[in-house]
Amino acid sequence: MNYSLDELKEIAKRVRYNALYMITKAGSGHPGGSLSSADVLVTLYFHTMRYDVENPYWEDRDRFILSKGHACPTLYAIFYELGIIRREELDTLRKPGSRLQGHPDIKRLPWAEFSSGSLGQGLSFAVGVALGGKIDRRDYYTFVMIGDGESQEGQVWEAAMAARKFGLDHLIAITDRNGLQIDGLTEDVMPVDPLAEKWKAFGWNVIEIDGHNFSQIIEALEKAKTFRGAPTMIIAHTIKGKGISFMENIVDFHGKAPNSKEWERITIELGGELNG
Amino acid sequence: MVKEAMRDAYGEVLLELGKERPDIVVLDADVSKSTKTVGFAKNFPERFFDVGIAEANLMGIAAGIASTGKTVFVSTFTVFASGRAYDQVRQSIVYPERNVKIVATHSSITAGEDGAMHQSFEDIALMRTIPYMRVISPCDGVETRAVIRKIASIPGPFYVRLARPPIPVILNDSYQFELGKGVVLRDGVDGVIISCGIMTHIALEVANILSNEGIDLGVVNMSSIKPIDRDLIEALAYRYRYLISCEDHNIIGGLGSAILEALPYMNSRLIRIGIEDTFGDSGRFEELLEYYKLDPLSITYKIKEVMVSDRV
Repeated sequence: MNYSLDELKEIAKRVRYNALYMITKAGSGHPGGSLSSADVLVTLYFHTMRYDVENPYWEDRDRFILSKGHACPTLYAIFYELGIIRREELDTLRKPGSRLQGHPDIKRLPWAEFSSGSLGQGLSFAVGVALGGKIDRRDYYTFVMIGDGESQEGQVWEAAMAARKFGLDHLIAITDRNGLQIDGLTEDVMPVDPLAEKWKAFGWNVIEIDGHNFSQIIEALEKAKTFRGAPTMIIAHTIKGKGISFMENIVDFHGKAPNSKEWERITIELGGELNG
Repeated sequence: MVKEAMRDAYGEVLLELGKERPDIVVLDADVSKSTKTVGFAKNFPERFFDVGIAEANLMGIAAGIASTGKTVFVSTFTVFASGRAYDQVRQSIVYPERNVKIVATHSSITAGEDGAMHQSFEDIALMRTIPYMRVISPCDGVETRAVIRKIASIPGPFYVRLARPPIPVILNDSYQFELGKGVVLRDGVDGVIISCGIMTHIALEVANILSNEGIDLGVVNMSSIKPIDRDLIEALAYRYRYLISCEDHNIIGGLGSAILEALPYMNSRLIRIGIEDTFGDSGRFEELLEYYKLDPLSITYKIKEVMVSDRV
């Protein structure tokens, strides 16, 4: 898709608005990581990836797997932009029977690709998806986003080894490096640094970017797509709660919904109602 | 008596399936020589992946490959497949109903000398409590072949538990496995043993011994533990005063529990024979059968004991 940088920014603003709208309506959810990952996800869906909204089972589609499943409000807000989710469904996040479950559910929303939520499992799944494509000599790309806190899961590194062994250069992972997790700073809870060196040591092509700079995101994804022989890890340095002044870098907003006063401020900061 | 290891039968049928079906992919976690996936690996290297000693990753990759339209067979030992990778099996494979067949070997005490850390007495319980998961414990090599062929053609996840050592072949080659169906191997009068896995040939031996002592027991092979044959269990409960469950698994959560859950009411008495809520031990498989009182004579004594005390 050919959106300009300004258009991507406008989409990202609406996505942030709707993600927070859903979380506020639900009264629970994870605003911090939804906001930090928003710009990368918008770039993937509105610039980089090849897919057909009408056919989520198209065999040659690029896949995106949100391994840090708690950031799903952002994914749902993107699906709303794409017409997959209807306006009235935005009011059903985390409600019984809703397609918008607390973590992505592919049985109800096949576009989500993976039912994530138990952290650490998405990269292994993505390795399998990429391997399946390699067996059949398909040229699709498998994108997967993991959290920096999630990188404390041992399974991530099992998958890291496997992806290199199998030479999966059509596998592109992104770490949402926002530096925070529920109990505090990642570097206090369980240090993951030096993150880039770790991935390099596992044989991956590593690119570090500002995860809120659209030109850098686009360039990194394009470079990753043409790299051959090894998978790529894009470490996207981001700000938890990015885009809402009183949420930025506030650990409490990892898993706390905005109250009605905070919602008013959000609406003002993002420039009005954006889901009419 | 002809003996065959279930895992050998698995290796053979996997090779046949590999030739017939290009959609079959096999994964192992550094135990391919033991699980017998090695034959497939040698013949179809482009469709075999060894992920090393990483069972969590094994299950996740299997789910991913299955999502691209493949039929994926995954093998490691039962203790690792069901226990170590439980969360990955639950979340990555069964919840989204991925087309992954987990065929785990070295079940229960057949892991033998390797001892408690390699023996799972809990795998049936763990796997069958996951909604939609189907659990099968074949009784010999013939049934293993039939089960593997059958599940290769049914979409969605399965857990199959296979034993390590050669054990007597009791079914004939024309045997057809049917999911959710028990098979009556022998009719009786006084009661019926319902068994699975390696305990089925032992159940037949028990029935032989007791028939010489005037107790006539039927034997039913209940390899399909989930879904279980509710109709047959109900019919058996109508017909027999004694139901005897017989399994090399913890009596908590295994075949005996599944039978109880399938009974609409308790008409007959259920004697549960299995591992009495404990961990494993090192020893030859035959030694361990005696150690856990799962050998024919120990089972015979236990059944007689209950029947005699009931008469008093």
